[in-house]
Amino acid sequence: MSRLSIRDVSKTFPGHRRNAPPTQALLPIGLEVGDNDFITVLGPSGCGKSTLLRLVAGLETPTTGEITLDGTKIVGAGADRGVVFQSYTLFPWLNVRQNICFGLREKGMKLSEQREISDRFIAQVGLRGFEEHFPKQLSGGMQQRVAIARALANDPKILLLDEPFGALDNQTRVLMQELLLGIWEQAQKTVMFITHDIDEAIFMASRVVVFSARPGRIKAEIEVGFPHPRHYTIKTSPEFMALKARLTEEIRVEAIAAAH
Amino acid sequence: MKLLVPVRRENRIVLGVAFFIVFVALWSFLSLSGAVPRHFLATPWQTLVSGWDLFATQGFTHDVGMTIWRVVGGFVLAAVIAVPLGIAMGVYKPIEAFFEPFVSFARYLPASAFIPLLILWVGIGEAQKLTVIFIGCFFQLTLMITMIVSGTRRDLVEAAYTLGCSDTGVIRRVVLPGAAPEIAEALRQVLGLGWTYIIVAELIGASSGIGHMITDSQALMATDHIIAGIVVIGLVGLLSDLAFKRVNQHLFSWSLLR
Repeated sequence: MSRLSIRDVSKTFPGHRRNAPPTQALLPIGLEVGDNDFITVLGPSGCGKSTLLRLVAGLETPTTGEITLDGTKIVGAGADRGVVFQSYTLFPWLNVRQNICFGLREKGMKLSEQREISDRFIAQVGLRGFEEHFPKQLSGGMQQRVAIARALANDPKILLLDEPFGALDNQTRVLMQELLLGIWEQAQKTVMFITHDIDEAIFMASRVVVFSARPGRIKAEIEVGFPHPRHYTIKTSPEFMALKARLTEEIRVEAIAAAH
Repeated sequence: MKLLVPVRRENRIVLGVAFFIVFVALWSFLSLSGAVPRHFLATPWQTLVSGWDLFATQGFTHDVGMTIWRVVGGFVLAAVIAVPLGIAMGVYKPIEAFFEPFVSFARYLPASAFIPLLILWVGIGEAQKLTVIFIGCFFQLTLMITMIVSGTRRDLVEAAYTLGCSDTGVIRRVVLPGAAPEIAEALRQVLGLGWTYIIVAELIGASSGIGHMITDSQALMATDHIIAGIVVIGLVGLLSDLAFKRVNQHLFSWSLLR
């Protein structure tokens, strides 16, 4: 059981310069994420959706409210919440396998066990034959696959992804979505995925959480009922299109608000 | 010539050697033509012969050995303290706030200005030479390492925390390996700095060393010896630099990937 509970959580950043007004990134929000849920958080850039993820990850502290995972209050980062960042955060001095084993080594796991687990995840993200490669020798898409494998190898209770495919080209991004969805369908993990891409948000999610422009708050929560396993062809189905049209409207209003 | 486009290896060697040839040609012209009197500027050939003579009959090897040992000794002493201190200052900001203003101030004190004071305090023995090198290298190195460590990528640190690292784990497994190539590069540069200080230290109050030979030669107007000494310093510096570079490239091959 992994249940993420966000209650009345808000975040205000102090002003950069003296006497500068503080920035309210997030209005008090509440959100419940159930076991094995795959939620996507959709919003225009600068709406505070990444801030929410960083709060759950424990990389920021909420100004008000509290976040609990399985009833335990989140204080600081920890191995029970795996994170995949938008920027490429593989350790450049470690090869693919060593990157994936980073958290396992921290736990003091035996080498044979580390090898077994990393083998499994290397296969799952389709990087067999690249074990000895260094991050700089990999494409952006491959690096993010390693990052996903590195987070999953730690067996976290929840996987947090902050626009992980944002810097990839469109074709690669679509393939990565299918890969991640495939992993989720098999592994059954709780996932929170931040994105500004509407297709991406609908295709993978069991629920889309729509954010308003800054200061961020939850504007709508929309269930996505497509059955699993999902095939990429559902993206052209009328139901998908209808949902996309609806979300496009929701987001458009916010994007306009954000631009002013 | 295109902007920022690297040259091929062969061409680079040819160009590098070419300037040495131009330099020696100019030097030959100035000394051989009599444009500069012989007793002020020895010819290249004369310098080469005197250089050989210095090593063969005048025990110059001992001087060179002494100078190398002083530079390396003072440099290692400085590095042994500066590296951990710089790392601590880089990761723990209160420690930086405590030391940084003083270190920045001390960095501007020219090490050579301490020589008269050091002669009073510790005499003209080896301790004085080592201290000059230490002062010359230590503050510079500390600040450079602090800056390098401060520049550790925040996203990598955050990634490590989310993978279950403690603070010490982050320092050991992210900060140190990430900063290591640049720290090694800083050490290489500061070692070069050490070479400039040692000669000054040896010019004043020394009974051995390259700098001592140079002052002695000045009294005898032996410009060939002086130039030979300077060339030897250049060569030893160049060799130590190359060795350092090689070791760095070998140890941190990941940082050279493009």
